[in-house]
Amino acid sequence: MGIAHKFGDDINTDYIIASKRKRDTVDPKKLVRFLMEDIRPGFGGTVQPGDFLVAGENFGCGSAMEIAPMVVVGAGIQAVLAKSFARTFFRNAVNLGLLLVTCDTEQITGGDELALDLEQGLVRNLTRRVEIPFQPLPALMKKIVQAGGVIPFLESDEGRALLPLL
Amino acid sequence: MGQTISEKIFSSHVKREVTAGDILFTPLDLMMSNDASFPLVLEALQKIRGYTLKEARKLVLILDHYCPSPSQEVSRIHEDIKAFAHQFGCTLYAEGEGVCHQLIPEKGHIRPGHLVIGSDSHTTTYGALNAFATGVGSTDMAVAIHYGLLWFKVPLSIRIELNGNIPKGVYAKDISLHFIAKVTSRGANGLAVEFSGDTLGKLSMEGRLTICNMVMETGAKAGIMPADEVCRAWLKGKGITDILPVTPDSDAAYAREYTFDISSLEPQVATPHQVDNVHPISEVKGKKIAMAFLGTCTNGRLEDLAVAAQILKGKRIHPGVVLVIAPASRDVMLEACNRGYIQALVESGGMLNAPGCGPCVGALGGVPADGVNVISTANRNFIGRMGNVKASIYLASPATVAASCLTGEITDPREFL
Ligand code: SF4
Repeated sequence: MGIAHKFGDDINTDYIIASKRKRDTVDPKKLVRFLMEDIRPGFGGTVQPGDFLVAGENFGCGSAMEIAPMVVVGAGIQAVLAKSFARTFFRNAVNLGLLLVTCDTEQITGGDELALDLEQGLVRNLTRRVEIPFQPLPALMKKIVQAGGVIPFLESDEGRALLPLL
Repeated sequence: MGQTISEKIFSSHVKREVTAGDILFTPLDLMMSNDASFPLVLEALQKIRGYTLKEARKLVLILDHYCPSPSQEVSRIHEDIKAFAHQFGCTLYAEGEGVCHQLIPEKGHIRPGHLVIGSDSHTTTYGALNAFATGVGSTDMAVAIHYGLLWFKVPLSIRIELNGNIPKGVYAKDISLHFIAKVTSRGANGLAVEFSGDTLGKLSMEGRLTICNMVMETGAKAGIMPADEVCRAWLKGKGITDILPVTPDSDAAYAREYTFDISSLEPQVATPHQVDNVHPISEVKGKKIAMAFLGTCTNGRLEDLAVAAQILKGKRIHPGVVLVIAPASRDVMLEACNRGYIQALVESGGMLNAPGCGPCVGALGGVPADGVNVISTANRNFIGRMGNVKASIYLASPATVAASCLTGEITDPREFL
């Protein structure tokens, strides 16, 4: 269970973490307090581990810099739920083992309590008592996320077994 | 079923026929990283026990975002990157050489058919040379340089056909903004964009690089152009002659197709705070500006400085405007010096930054004041992009930026050409 923090469409990576903050440190833990600061000042200080980020279309557009999903991971976000994700953000999140759920987020409002059911492919909105279905990730991507990211995956027995195929 | 350029490039790399939607691991031809992203690549590499850098010779490292260094911390990062390049034998372009997306094509690193990644989103730029080039994150980069391969989903492609002559006062930037408005900032998310049409043949290589740079702003994974005579001649100038252009099959499948008539286009401006918020100049002109920026990997090339110099030569910019110039590379700057462009720009009141990203991401060299409007040749106008969330950024061609410098308001460049 966790609390939903709702954002709109086209949340770009500069909004997730401002470029100027990356100049002095790339330590996600130190950057968490600046999460979303340009569009929601103070947000980084209020978010709790286990919370959800919820957004509309095209979450994570803009720069390909991985610091954006890293700061989201650093904040302890359980999963990001959006109607769609920008490609680079999606990739980076998979590589870092951050769970992304593509679903209809209209039925979620900021402050709602959510629970994820990965087996059934359902987001349960406990506050509104609705269930929102989602498409599971393709098999290879799911394995990467479950391993905790692409490096742990490639270092696992299954990942190593893939390498000679190339 | 025929193949798109992307499908052909992925097929040639995994040595079997692949189709859009396939997920695969593949080797690569070139990897690029810069001072903004490489610190994270180093962190990601630390997660790989005993990393070896199998592919170090394919790695090009560029110091461009924060040059000259504005802080001790950045100086340390620069030293670390140089030491790393030296230790592993990677190609290094140090401070002052220029912006990554200018240097990689300019220094002859790209050939048609190449599969390239860069840990920077505008890596799509190199598609102007008939390559598949895409931006990735730092973990991807670490995986690619250690394991020598990377996972991809072969993208579906859309086709953008550009037809007609390019009117006076209209440039590659205007063409880009025009199709971005139509495709929208997420319309090509995860897709490859293939360009075609007779307008391409009328564009210089520089203009093509601008378009493939801007294509990123539709969310595209790559933007790819055919390798025609202009492309061949340009590569030949870099000593590259043994090329194998990749062309799409006539029955290749596209997710969508767009056709644009360029012959009736007027100069375009992207208004705050989204790149697809595009208006023709007639709707935006007259807007007061306090800062102008001429540069970046989008429009800091020789022909960009040339047109700005042509407009500003012998005139003074409006006293209320601060003009910052950052040539895209040292070679661009030197040639612009030789041809008198730099002289004309500086005499007119412009301020010259070192070759590199300059104020594009607000990291150094020209942060706008609160409440001001900036007109810039860059590729992004997001809130806070130039380091001040209270500034508003308008994106336009170098000609529009130069003309606006003269009047202190957004101005149609055709009045000065
Ligand atoms: S010039 Fe701007 S867009 Fe281009 S690489 Fe540098 S920061 Fe990125």
